Amino acid sequence: MSHHRSIVKSLLFPLLPSLFIVFSAQVRAQDGKQLFNQKCASCHAVDKKLVGPALKGVEDRWPEKAQLYEWIRNSAAVVKSGYPRAVEVYNEYNKLQMTAFPELKDADIDAILGYINTAGAPKAPTGDGGVASVDPNAKTQQGDSALLFGILTLILAVIALILLQVNSNLRKMTDQKEGIPTPEPVPFYRNKAYIATGAILLFMVGGYYTFQGAQRLGRSKDYQPEQPIYYSHTVHAGINQINCLYCHGGAQESKHANIPSVNVCMNCHMGINEYAKGPKLYREDGSEVDGTAEIQKLYQYAGWDPAARKYTGKGKPIEWIRIHNLPDHVYFNHSQHVKAGKQQCQTCHGEIQKMDEVYQFSDLSMGWCVNCHRESKVQFADNKFYSIYEKFHEDIKNKKLDSVTVEKIGGTECQKCHY
Amino acid sequence: MDHKKYWQSLGELKQSDAYQDSLKDEFSEDLPFEANGKGTLEASTPRRDFLKYLGFSTAAAMAAASCEMPVKKSIPYLNKPDAIIPGVANYYATTFVQDGNVVPVVAKVRDGRPIKIEGNELSSLTGGGTSAQVQASVLDLYDTARLRYPMGNGKEVTTFDAFDKMVGEAMTAAAGLPTVILTGTVTSPSTKQVIADFLAKKPGSRHVQYDALSASGMLLANEACYGKRSIPSYHFENARVIVSLGADFLGTWLSPVEFSRQYAAGRRINQANPEMSKHIQFESMLSLTGANADDRFVHRPSETGAVALALLAKIGGAVTAPALADDRLKKGIDMAANMLKSANGAALVVCGSNDPHVQTIVNAINEAVGANGKTINWASTLNTYQGIDKDMAQLVQDMNEGKVGTLLIHGVNPAYDYYDAKKFADGLKKVAVSVSFNDREDETTVLCKYAIPDHHYLESWGDAEAKTGLISFIQPVIAPLFKTRAFQTSLLKWSGNNTEYGDYVKSYWLNRLGSQEAFDKALQDGVIENAPLPLAAAYNNTTIASAASSIASGKKGGKAELVIYPKVSMGSGKQANNPWLQEMPDPITKATWDNYAVISYAMAQELGIKIDDNYEVEVFKPVIKIKAAGKELSLPILAIPGMQANTMALAVGYGRSEKVGRAAANVGQNAFPLVGFNGTTFDYHVLDVSYEKTNETFDIAYTQSHNQYEGRKEVVREYALSEIKKTPKILADERHKLVEDYAKNTNDYRAEGTLYPNYPYPGAKWGMNIDLNSCTGCGACTIACTAENNVSVVGKSEVLRAHEMHWLRIDRYFATYRDDSGGDNLDDLNVVFMPMLCQHCDNAPCENVCPVNATNHSSEGLNQMTYNRCIGTRYCANNCPYKVRRFNWADYTGSDSFQDNQRGLLDDSVMMMNDDLTRMVLNPDVTVRSRGVIEKCSFCVQRLQEGKLKAKKENRPLETGAGGKWDIKTACQQACPTNAIVFGNVNDKNSPVSKIRNEEQTNRLFYALEQIHVLPSVSYLAKIRNTDRHVGLKHEEHQAAAEPAGAEGKAAEKTEAAH
Repeated sequence: MSHHRSIVKSLLFPLLPSLFIVFSAQVRAQDGKQLFNQKCASCHAVDKKLVGPALKGVEDRWPEKAQLYEWIRNSAAVVKSGYPRAVEVYNEYNKLQMTAFPELKDADIDAILGYINTAGAPKAPTGDGGVASVDPNAKTQQGDSALLFGILTLILAVIALILLQVNSNLRKMTDQKEGIPTPEPVPFYRNKAYIATGAILLFMVGGYYTFQGAQRLGRSKDYQPEQPIYYSHTVHAGINQINCLYCHGGAQESKHANIPSVNVCMNCHMGINEYAKGPKLYREDGSEVDGTAEIQKLYQYAGWDPAARKYTGKGKPIEWIRIHNLPDHVYFNHSQHVKAGKQQCQTCHGEIQKMDEVYQFSDLSMGWCVNCHRESKVQFADNKFYSIYEKFHEDIKNKKLDSVTVEKIGGTECQKCHY
Repeated sequence: MDHKKYWQSLGELKQSDAYQDSLKDEFSEDLPFEANGKGTLEASTPRRDFLKYLGFSTAAAMAAASCEMPVKKSIPYLNKPDAIIPGVANYYATTFVQDGNVVPVVAKVRDGRPIKIEGNELSSLTGGGTSAQVQASVLDLYDTARLRYPMGNGKEVTTFDAFDKMVGEAMTAAAGLPTVILTGTVTSPSTKQVIADFLAKKPGSRHVQYDALSASGMLLANEACYGKRSIPSYHFENARVIVSLGADFLGTWLSPVEFSRQYAAGRRINQANPEMSKHIQFESMLSLTGANADDRFVHRPSETGAVALALLAKIGGAVTAPALADDRLKKGIDMAANMLKSANGAALVVCGSNDPHVQTIVNAINEAVGANGKTINWASTLNTYQGIDKDMAQLVQDMNEGKVGTLLIHGVNPAYDYYDAKKFADGLKKVAVSVSFNDREDETTVLCKYAIPDHHYLESWGDAEAKTGLISFIQPVIAPLFKTRAFQTSLLKWSGNNTEYGDYVKSYWLNRLGSQEAFDKALQDGVIENAPLPLAAAYNNTTIASAASSIASGKKGGKAELVIYPKVSMGSGKQANNPWLQEMPDPITKATWDNYAVISYAMAQELGIKIDDNYEVEVFKPVIKIKAAGKELSLPILAIPGMQANTMALAVGYGRSEKVGRAAANVGQNAFPLVGFNGTTFDYHVLDVSYEKTNETFDIAYTQSHNQYEGRKEVVREYALSEIKKTPKILADERHKLVEDYAKNTNDYRAEGTLYPNYPYPGAKWGMNIDLNSCTGCGACTIACTAENNVSVVGKSEVLRAHEMHWLRIDRYFATYRDDSGGDNLDDLNVVFMPMLCQHCDNAPCENVCPVNATNHSSEGLNQMTYNRCIGTRYCANNCPYKVRRFNWADYTGSDSFQDNQRGLLDDSVMMMNDDLTRMVLNPDVTVRSRGVIEKCSFCVQRLQEGKLKAKKENRPLETGAGGKWDIKTACQQACPTNAIVFGNVNDKNSPVSKIRNEEQTNRLFYALEQIHVLPSVSYLAKIRNTDRHVGLKHEEHQAAAEPAGAEGKAAEKTEAAH
């Protein structure tokens, strides 16, 4: 035993620092990505022109880094100073002024630039890091072992049956040999032991499925209705990397994330009137989607005349089909989770950036909510609201506690969600 | 030795058998099984029928629910307005104006619907206080009985243009005769301008203001004495001695929200130096104000003038008062006079009489005691009562004589509330063009040829100047629900000005305020305040002598007299179709849904009505026939202590026509016809009434006998100021006995006095404190709670069965002495109000009896109720010592029933609350409860969660009142006009609730039924009376009360053992 442990140790120790390095680099890229999505993504993409230029290689295009920082914080000032690169960009983009970000520090900008460099590099196949709870391998592994156990059980059951049969035949033979009269054999379907076993099994299996079925009543996991407009989250959130909160801004202010109003769509689609460059889109039934036609539908709703480039005033709101429904006796607040709890949208909604048509990813059951509340940690150290929990702070200081979960501050109590 | 007792009903006072029986069950009725001993097949609901129903309803439910999930749509804005985020409430300042009440408010608008009214804390008038009527006004917006379109000759007129044309032509045809605009008191400066412009275009026309409950007598007296036909500002907070001659200034007189706030300020007690104002009330019936008085004396209504004169004479006025018979009353007048004299001007006398002569004498008293300029401020006059009764009488006369061509009626309903409604109705027939702007087809509107309903105030633009220099604004918080138009827009249009009134108000105030910024700020704040400095007015005493002689020669009272009064909830009846107000228990009688003759026990005895064992346990009340002023009324009686022996009282606002609405119809009877007119002013009393008993009975739904404490004592605490001064620790010492008895080892009653573990509360721990000395019992909190928490209306038939749902009730206690012979002295009466809500006990008895754990405790000290877990055993309600849990006996909100399925089972008023329109008032953050579950006060948990989230999002600690910063106020706390309720985080040492409990008010602090160790989260501060009489229990009685003794104690002991 001790031998094994020393091997583990000798393997682990050299590895640890490298793990740490990988981890910390990830954290910074993550920050950069978050910042990029928050501040830049509504006008810029890494490798294509949107409202503003593609940002790939931006550092190379600016001779002085200090001026680039200044430009990001306050572009108007740099243009005013007459710095040639700034004036050049300003004129190139029709004298459209870039939003000022005075709050960004050098470190923040470095993080963003770092992200631009990594994102501009050929992509690693690991996918998005934002999804915490889904590990695709786990499921298949579980499936494999279940199959293995099933086969094992079956083989053992067959062996047991054979042995039983052998046993009974042997007994019959010994009985015959000893002259004990054999009772008339009972057919298996009238054998009380079989019937009882069968009934119990049926009850258990039936009960299990009835219960499962009953529990699922009113839940609608994987619900994927057809929407009035074929709106692809893959195209918007995935390929073009528009921040979720750009459209669903309510998520950080309100209990509802809110489907964006048509005027928000038109912010971009006033300029983007065709779907040409992206991958082909398909409906669930396999038919191909004409992206440009779908944008035309949006113009219909918005009352926008693309030819004359003006509003006709005859718009009407889009009647989207609601996918995520909670019962009336549940209070759920998006801003609590997104703003205060700093949860990723994907935690509950799945890899939305990979969904063309959105489906319900989680079952939204109470067990699912409560599980997450048991495991998730609140922003205990960062949010001053939690300063009143003096005892927990003390415990953390004394190393009695390493983190505070939602449950610990009463997040699984009834009246946190039901009132 | 006399023996003080606190009691809620006579049965409790006398411990009658019927009362004892009624205590046995929390739920007073049997299960609706009709077992007749013949077996289940013979029963009226046999088993087979039951199975049939079961089968049918299961099948029906399956069919109705179907197996498909309904498809729900999510429809975002086309163009989202910047300020609106769906799911986040917006607040807009506006103003509630009705019947002389001008209350600046803030309307909470959620997703476009106003759902709650809060007081505007920027107003110096109210400081954020409200009244029950203000709180209930949001429901009036969604009233199903509102008139939804203009009408001409009984038919709908589809467009305003068509209506304008129709009325315009009719008015031109009738132009030979004068036009009269008949309104209630107009406090709006811009409306006054609009009316003046309109009248200027029509020579010979005039504006008549009519107040159904008028202060005409006061206006005329002030005109004679001070040369101003107006009412001054009163400053109750500056008065050390307050004498009220029948003025119910805390409930209904002039500006009760403002006065309550001032009054409470003068009665707030500083523990280090306990002082408070002295309040003496002279009245004929027991009013809310009388119930709060330190000393209270009763007289006949006919003696009002004599009492005022006697008081003036004692103070030193050169008048002789008619003799008064009652010795107690005479002593009271002596005492009041002495106190007033010694107050050095910090005194105030107010009088509710509408007789100018009496008001003249009151003015003389105020002059004599030096109140003018100190507690009476003539610089800022109250504009909310301007109606002169004689003008109205003259108008009715003119109408009958055919001297009025066009009558425009706005906001008044004389066909209902004028003393001679028939004469008004007859006169109206002779008016060629009659237009009503009222919001519904009320008694007057149905008689008018044209009707064009005005907006509800939440849909309106406007302004109000309640007092000189105190302007408040009205702005629409929702687009008009129906085809209604502002009254002023019509006037503008008909005088040739095509401006909308909204634009008119804007330009009117832009001119006055100078800039758009100033106007925007005024609108956002809701108020502009430039109150002038206090000022005395020049006084002229020439009218005293004639007033005195006129009083002396006044009519003498008959054998019995009658007072006509407005109820705190109902007022003059403008909100009669508001089920929240109809179901609000009257503060004094605790009756809902009716009016009745309030009489004294003596009068009941004289009538031969036995106030026996059953009287207050059973709901049916004897009906008497009252003959007064040539009219006859049959009304049930309610006998209460505190009434003058020969006086009965009758509330106005009831007895409405069917078209006023489903909640108002068939409720009570109209008392306005009994109002008299003496040629100058209306008399709200009848001096000679005859009455006789009938054999009929009538059910009155009153709540005072519901929710009893099963004999446990003492729930309420009261002391005299002198006693508290002498022994400040009288209550603290008594509470300390519990420590001595149960926590000898650790001195920690909380931890040691129980077998249960002492749970920690690591974050916030919620607590509430209610100051019984500030609480006037007005009931604003009850209605605020109803509005905030979707508390259902159950209707009269259900209140009769003790099924009312109020989460917050106000217990009313009478306190009287019992002498050695066992007789109760009902004259020497104190009344104490105690708001009672879920106490959120830390050792809650309800929690451990729930078989499904539907009620349990949170780590923040909340006693949580989870409706979806509840299976309706009601064990929790049985085990609650405070009786604050409410059971949904029916699907009152109609949320789970097929439409109209409960029609006939529930009252029409409940069905009205289930209308799609009315349901818009529901708070979307609070679950609508279904049938079969228990509910109760949640400490407004939705507000707690919202406040916490706000702090979290702003990355800062929660503010619960330290330094005047509040993230969270419960609905009751926000509504309270006297700030009696304080809520906050007890774990925060700087929060007001902690400070009150641990530093500021340790002597007066108590918990209801502390000895049963349920550890409530609601603390109370004892009521203090500034009187020489002994109040509260004697010291030795406190001890006796703490330990169960005698017959009452045994019942308590039994239940104790059951725990």
